[in-house]
Amino acid sequence: MPSLGADIETGTLVQWLVKPGDRINRGDIIAVVETEKGAIEIEVFQSGTVQSFAVQEGDKVPVGATLALIATDGETPAPPVREPVPVVPAPSSLRPAAALPTAPAPAAPPAAPAAKPASAAATAHLRISPLAMRVALELGIDPATVKGTGPGGAITRFDVEAAAKGKAAAAPPPPPPIATPSPTPTPAAKEIRPAMMAADKQAAMRRAIAAAMARSKREIPHYYLGTQIDMSRAIAWLREENLRRSINDRLLYSAMLLKSVALTLREFPELNGFWVDGAFKPGDGIHVGVAISLRLGGLVAPAIHDADKKSLSEIMVSLRGLVKRVRAGVLRSSEIADATITVTSLGEQGIESVFGVIYPPQVALVGFGKIVERPWAEGGMIGARPIIMASLSGDHRASDGHRGGLFLAALDRLLQNPEKL
Amino acid sequence: MSAQEQTRPQTIHTTYREAMREAIRDALIRDPRVFLMGEDVGRYGGCFAVSKGLLEEFGPERIRDTPLSESAFVGAGIGAAMGGMRPIVEIMTVNFSLLALDQIVNNAATILHMSGGQFNIPLVIRMTTGAGRQLAAQHSHSLEGWYAHIPGIKVLAPATLEDARGMLWTALEDPDPVLIFEHGSLYNMEGELAADAGAVDIEHAAIRRPGSDLSLITYGGTLGKAMQAALELAAAGIDAEVLDLRTLRPLDNDAIVDSVTRTHRAVIIDEGWRSGSISAEISARIMEGTFYELDAPVQRVCSAEAPMPYPKHLEEAALPQVSVIVETARALVGKRD
Amino acid sequence: MTAITSITAAQAQPQREHALDLFRQMVLIRRFEEKCAELYRAGKIHGFVHLYIGEEAIAAGAMQALAPDDAVVATYREHGHALVRGVPAPAVMAELYGKQEGCSRGRGGSMHLFDAATRFYGGNAIVGGGLPLAVGLALADRLARRPRVTACFFGEGAVAEGEFHECLNLSALWKLPVLFFCENNLYAMGTALGRSESETDLCLKASSYEIPAWPVDGMDVEACEDAARRAAAEVRGGGGPVFLEFRTYRFRAHSMFDPQLYRTKQEIDEWKKRDPILIYDGRLRESGLLDDDRLKRIEDGVAAEVQKAVDFAEAGTWEPVEDLTRFVYSERTRT
Repeated sequence: MPSLGADIETGTLVQWLVKPGDRINRGDIIAVVETEKGAIEIEVFQSGTVQSFAVQEGDKVPVGATLALIATDGETPAPPVREPVPVVPAPSSLRPAAALPTAPAPAAPPAAPAAKPASAAATAHLRISPLAMRVALELGIDPATVKGTGPGGAITRFDVEAAAKGKAAAAPPPPPPIATPSPTPTPAAKEIRPAMMAADKQAAMRRAIAAAMARSKREIPHYYLGTQIDMSRAIAWLREENLRRSINDRLLYSAMLLKSVALTLREFPELNGFWVDGAFKPGDGIHVGVAISLRLGGLVAPAIHDADKKSLSEIMVSLRGLVKRVRAGVLRSSEIADATITVTSLGEQGIESVFGVIYPPQVALVGFGKIVERPWAEGGMIGARPIIMASLSGDHRASDGHRGGLFLAALDRLLQNPEKL
Repeated sequence: MSAQEQTRPQTIHTTYREAMREAIRDALIRDPRVFLMGEDVGRYGGCFAVSKGLLEEFGPERIRDTPLSESAFVGAGIGAAMGGMRPIVEIMTVNFSLLALDQIVNNAATILHMSGGQFNIPLVIRMTTGAGRQLAAQHSHSLEGWYAHIPGIKVLAPATLEDARGMLWTALEDPDPVLIFEHGSLYNMEGELAADAGAVDIEHAAIRRPGSDLSLITYGGTLGKAMQAALELAAAGIDAEVLDLRTLRPLDNDAIVDSVTRTHRAVIIDEGWRSGSISAEISARIMEGTFYELDAPVQRVCSAEAPMPYPKHLEEAALPQVSVIVETARALVGKRD
Repeated sequence: MTAITSITAAQAQPQREHALDLFRQMVLIRRFEEKCAELYRAGKIHGFVHLYIGEEAIAAGAMQALAPDDAVVATYREHGHALVRGVPAPAVMAELYGKQEGCSRGRGGSMHLFDAATRFYGGNAIVGGGLPLAVGLALADRLARRPRVTACFFGEGAVAEGEFHECLNLSALWKLPVLFFCENNLYAMGTALGRSESETDLCLKASSYEIPAWPVDGMDVEACEDAARRAAAEVRGGGGPVFLEFRTYRFRAHSMFDPQLYRTKQEIDEWKKRDPILIYDGRLRESGLLDDDRLKRIEDGVAAEVQKAVDFAEAGTWEPVEDLTRFVYSERTRT
């Protein structure tokens, strides 16, 4: 189970998207895990062949537990040895040995469609409304298990919600989603975790945010800096740039802000990383977390990876994808876990300045307000300029106000030369 | 009379027919360019008595009886509109309007575009539509959906007293040809209308009853049936929204999509035939606009695919009925206990 | 205005100019349309193009009876009517090209010439479809007490349409100021009059609606003008519509090309002897108004005008595709 973020310690595996014997490539999505932050897609970081599952659908497992065994390329597939995991499903269900290739992949192609997971096969012939399908996904309900009461026995949203309610009622009350950090996972009773109801998810997310923010204020000695930045050059450049672009490719100024933060961070590594075990650990790249609020409340801050190396267009694409997936409740594990700094922008809400709370174990948070027209003196002349308030919340353990100030000044300089973005 | 009563808007008890007549009267008074022409609009008082009394009030120049020549007098309406007048042309029924289809489709709808924007046609054509009065197969059809197919014209279907009173003036002010379809069963509809009722917008659909479980989408003569169905559904614990389209062209796409996005289910009630109909168009718009919000397939309650028969029992069987709307809606919502 | 009946000395000069102008108008239509045929073959003009060649005397003559604020409703064979009415030749040619500088913004092409400035209401390509429009335009004038007339041109094929009868009846009933100008070229596409009408005397049909009606030699431009002026005077007098049957002949195919299976070469040749331009050329020479030198000057002037129209059309631009749905509805929301 990959790390899914500082405030997530366990997850429920709701669906395998591969099966033993499948050939997988780096970056493939192999499973969906339900967390307090919503369904997260699990991607793999190596290529190879799925050997066996260590966890079954419905199992709740702690971060760090083995989910599946993958024989990487060139490796002779080992016999399905399972590492001990806290959740122990019946071994019989875990013995696809006969189906396992004994030689590298081509020898035994797992071709038969019959080998598909039962629920996937059932889904293909399911009568389910588009809305119910979406809600099922959101609630982590397998539609194949739902009895339909709609026209012609079709599954409706009502049916999915009823099924979710039924499951919730049948299962013992879930433990608080944010448990006190415990290095050894509690051996939980073997149980199929109910998918969380929307309301439960809301509450769980609130608790997760509460835990993370309380920890931040408890542990992190914040310092706050703010400066006003003249955005006239940046906006003019953006307007010009957008004239050359098709409507679909137009840039928003938020992409510029993200890129400028990422580029500036190259000179300020002490703001980009984590405070772990009493020491600063720099990030392995500049992965800018973008705070995105959810319609029903709460927020998540998934990362745009290597934002300093991405073009503005690429950042735009990432940003759109993130917002879409956040709203759909499906995020990739790496997006949740990897952010090395967070940027929050409340300009759309009409806020002029924001001094945010650092998301532990990160060590800095950059905030932007809305762009407002203000009188501005430059070179002895006064004029009206679009101004944005940029702020930095820094972790005083990892950096000092002096460096923080230099960071904001460098950010300002960069935004005066938007062509460098 | 207390002060409170004085501030309350005065209402008058009236009928759809009288509201329509008042709208015509008002237009004739307000704009000297307005005149009414059609078969038996004058001495006879209008086939459905809508224009009764107007000849006496406005004279034969402005209340013009025409020969039975739909193509000529509808086309003359188009020509007069191009010549600077604001004609109201009355056609007895939509079935008869087919005799003027050439003028409506080939001229009224095309000339502005075909002339590169030089000649607009500020014409209003009123006609009766729909069944329910045992008038059989040549006086009872609902062909407004056909007209809604044609770009260049606007198609209105007033279903309430307010719209009967208010749509005409807005249509006359519109620079382009507007067709107003008056369902024959509505003329005797009675109710209260604000004494100062006037022009209404002709661009937006109206939610006649808000609801959360499904949308009953309809217009014109079937609005009343949809409202009745909504009442019966409410008794069964189903909260139906009733959307009155009001204008069939251009369709208020946003209103349709918004409503179904909220309720996740739709039943379209249309007195036209199902095949190739306005109900098919609405259904398609729902698929295009809010497919992923649908919790059930879109359903339609339309007229039977047969010419309208004369005997009462067959006519009733052919037309959308409240009971069918209710059954369709209940099946759509599903069995919930 | 009076018809050309007798010529006094004082009138001689204007009459002479007028006669040469009638001649020039016919030549302009002829050369313009010959150019159209050429450009059609060259792929510059597309769609249906109905040439008026052979019938020029009617438009050139009849249009003389109209004042600038009168209205004209024509058919899809209307290049000549538009040109004589005063729609600029370049705007007509650009329309045939489909360029946005055309008189209908390029939207209509050959069959749908419109021009607000000259009150030219199309260019109607539904046989008989223009008649109700003309009745309505006349009704508007009547209701607004404007002393204008509306001239409605149509072919003899329209006489078989219901709209013809409805409109003659309605306009006669309401005594509306309409000039019904029927151009009888004997063939509705390929169907001869005798093959489509039980009664081939068209004036008799009009008379049955109590409309004054008489036939006119449509190959004689002066006869056409004379008849139209008399008809217009009667209509302006408030007596209701007048019907004229201009007897004429189309020298070319119905549209650009057809195998002409419906008529004989001999028949065409017989009619060509009555070519309105040829006849008028002869008459003008007889009265000393035209000689080779003057003819050359007229032809050169017309050639230059046609060339100017072609150049204008060639230089014209295509309407942007984004404007495709402009004018489906008016851009202003209130009249």
